[in-house]
Amino acid sequence: MKPKHQRLLLAAIAVCALIGAGLIAAAALREEASYFYTPTTLASANVAPGKAIRLGGMVQKGSIVRAADGVSITFTVQDKDKTQKVAYRGITPDLFVEGSGVVADGRLGPDRVFIADSLLAKHDENYVPKELADIDMTSAEHTKDTLSK
Amino acid sequence: MHRFANPARFLRIAKPLTPWLLWMGIALTLGACLWGAFFTPTERLMGDTVKIIFVHVPAAWLGMGGWTGIAIASIIQLVWRHPLAGVSARAIAVPGATFAAICLITGSIWGRPTWGTWWVWDGRLTSMLVLFFLYLGYIALSNASSEKGDTSRVAAVFGIIGAVNIPIINRSVIWWESQHQKASITLGGSSIDQAYLVPLFVSVAGFSLLFGALVLMRMRTALAEMRIEARMRRMADY
Repeated sequence: MKPKHQRLLLAAIAVCALIGAGLIAAAALREEASYFYTPTTLASANVAPGKAIRLGGMVQKGSIVRAADGVSITFTVQDKDKTQKVAYRGITPDLFVEGSGVVADGRLGPDRVFIADSLLAKHDENYVPKELADIDMTSAEHTKDTLSK
Repeated sequence: MHRFANPARFLRIAKPLTPWLLWMGIALTLGACLWGAFFTPTERLMGDTVKIIFVHVPAAWLGMGGWTGIAIASIIQLVWRHPLAGVSARAIAVPGATFAAICLITGSIWGRPTWGTWWVWDGRLTSMLVLFFLYLGYIALSNASSEKGDTSRVAAVFGIIGAVNIPIINRSVIWWESQHQKASITLGGSSIDQAYLVPLFVSVAGFSLLFGALVLMRMRTALAEMRIEARMRRMADY
C-alpha cells in the first residue's frame, strides 16, 4: 500500500468513527433532553404540583379567554389525544394565536391547571403571504396547501 | 486534481475570477435584499419580520457550508498533501465564522417579536452557537501554526472532527423539536410561498458569490504572504 492510500484509509476510518460517535451520542441525548411535556406525557408523568416544568403543544381553537383586567388569560393546550388548561398573566407574543404552537414555562397548580410564568410562541415551517389568506387570521392552522386552493 | 495543485496556475485563474464573483455577489445580494424588503408581501402571522429570512437563511447555509468546505479541504490536505488545500481551509474560516455570527444575530432579532424571546437553549440554536465557537477555535488553532500561509495538521484534524456538528445542526429540529420550526426547504420541496422563495434563492446565490470572492481574496493574500516569507528566508541565507 502506498503511503497516500494508507492516509486515505486512515482518514476514512476516522471520519466514519467520528460520525458514528456523534450519531450515537446524539441518539443517547435524544432520550435525555426532552425539552417539554405535551398534554399527553404530562397526564401520564404524574408530576407533583409546584415543580417547575415546561409544557408544549397547540393552542386549542376557541379556548383563549381574556380576563377583564386585560393581562390575565386562560387557554387550553392540546396535542393529538389530550388537553391541558393553562393560566397566564402577562403580555403574549405576537404569534400567540389559536391553532399555533406554544411553549410555556411554569408549574401545575393544586387544581391541575398549568400556571405559566412565561409564554413562547412557536412558528411552523410554512411561510404564507397575508393577501393569500382570505381566511380567519387569528388561526395558524393553515398551510400553503390549504391557502392556495 | 493535481492539475490545479499548482499555486501559480490557481492564481492565474483566481485573479480575474475574484472581481467577477465580488461584483456579481454585491449586485445580487443588494438586489435580493431590496426585493425582499420592499416588494414581498407581509406574512400572515409574522407580518414584516418575515423579511429577515433573506439574510438569516443564506447566512445559516453559508456558515454550515463553510465548515463543510473546511472539512473537505482538511481531508484533501491530510491525504493528498494538496498544496492549496490547507490554504483554502484557512481562508474559509473567517468568512464562515462571520456568516455563522450573522445567522445567530439575525435569528435572535427575529426571535424576539415572533417567539417572544431573544434566545432559548433549543437544539438548533445551541448547535449553531457551537458551530460559531468551533470556528473561533479553528481560527485560533490555525493562526498558532508557525508557517504563515500553511495550515498545521492539528488544525486540519480539528476541521474534520468539527464536521460532526454539521449533520447535528441539520437534524436538530427533528431530534429535539422545541422552539425552532422544522426545515421549510427540503429535498422534497418547500413550504415557503413563491413570493418569498424566489428572492430568497437570489439572496442565497448573491451571498454565496460574495463568500467565494472573500475566500479567493484571502487565499491570494495567504499565497502572497508565503512568497514573501520564502523570499525573506532566501535573502537571510545569503
